[in-house]
Amino acid sequence: MNVFIIMILGFLVVCAVATALTKSLLASVVIYMAYSVLMCIVWMLLQSPDLAVTEAAVGAGVTSLLFFITLKKIHAIRGDEEEDHHHEEK
Amino acid sequence: MKKNDSLWQRLCALDEVSWENPLDQQLTAATTDEPDSELRRRAPLEFAIAEAQHEEMRETLYTEEQLKVSTLHSWVGRKGKKWLDAAYRLTAILFCLVIVTFLMTTVVQLPPFGAVDNPTNNEVAQRYLEKGLEETGAVNMVAGMILDYRAFDTFGESTVLFVAACSVLLLLKLGEHSDDEPSPAMLEAEWDDRHHEPKNDAILQMAARILVPIILLFGMYVVLAGHLGPGGGFSGGAVMGAGLILYLNAFGFQKTGRFFTYKTFRWVTFLALMTYALLKSYSFFCGANHLESGIPLGTPGAILSSGLILPLNICVGMIVMCTMYAFYTLFRKGGM
Repeated sequence: MNVFIIMILGFLVVCAVATALTKSLLASVVIYMAYSVLMCIVWMLLQSPDLAVTEAAVGAGVTSLLFFITLKKIHAIRGDEEEDHHHEEK
Repeated sequence: MKKNDSLWQRLCALDEVSWENPLDQQLTAATTDEPDSELRRRAPLEFAIAEAQHEEMRETLYTEEQLKVSTLHSWVGRKGKKWLDAAYRLTAILFCLVIVTFLMTTVVQLPPFGAVDNPTNNEVAQRYLEKGLEETGAVNMVAGMILDYRAFDTFGESTVLFVAACSVLLLLKLGEHSDDEPSPAMLEAEWDDRHHEPKNDAILQMAARILVPIILLFGMYVVLAGHLGPGGGFSGGAVMGAGLILYLNAFGFQKTGRFFTYKTFRWVTFLALMTYALLKSYSFFCGANHLESGIPLGTPGAILSSGLILPLNICVGMIVMCTMYAFYTLFRKGGM
């Protein structure tokens, strides 16, 4: 169990650093989601299931959704330009 | 006009126009101060000449100013930007290092996790653990704490969410308050939205048809069983909000508009907050004056138990669900 906790905490640090250092914004948000899921497991291991449920719903769910929609709005998701081009051709 | 005067003087010095000429001075005053003065009618020709000169000189001055500004800009672009970048990076690194040092020293000085003589192990926690079930009637101690002992804090949290929703509304809501006539900005946002979101996606719609009822049901369960097990208003509300967002993504605004509009959002949030405030004010009023509140606690473990916790959970759940959904729609197209 101890090894498992240390592994999860290590992944947490890796995710946190990767979120900051990733060049692609979309990948950054996805890594942030992974961070939230790991944090959810940590809350479970710390015996606070209330926080775990909230973390899973808010951190991994709604916050990432808001990030995604913002990225879509500012055309930061790759493939958007092609799609736009396609639309313009039509 | 003071600034304009000095500008005029500089102009004259620049182009060696005699500043002492009284007529000229008068004309200047006329051109800069009152265009429709007596002078204009008395000497239209002189006035016109002076005005033309004035315009010309003003333009020269403007070009000169522009030149100065552009040289400054180019300097900033070449060297200043480099220095600024370097200074910025250095300050950022120093700032981070200072903060990291502070935090690390604090973490090192923290008492060990779970030790008996920690300051967190005081009589408050003991009281919660020993008398919590008896006093609040909630099997889930966390719900008992946040919605009974510390319900006022939770009210503050709900208000914070409400204020956050208000500021997002202020920032992102498009158009007038009347719902019937969409403004041009709203129409543009609508078009932009249609352009970006593929509608009638069969896979997404099928998945949503299966998943959305389950998600909403689970959210309701988490809200309603908040006093019996892990969960509560906030997490349940977030789950329900996520379910609504999925439904919206699959079926579009026309379908969700049938049961959830801006009006619904306003009324549900307002009523939930007011209900929360009234219920909790009543129970605090009774408690502070040592009166019997008359709210039955019920048998611990039953769904209708633990006094006010269940209705408060429902209120918080409604607020959170509406706020999450409203955030999503506002981020997406600035309205519902």
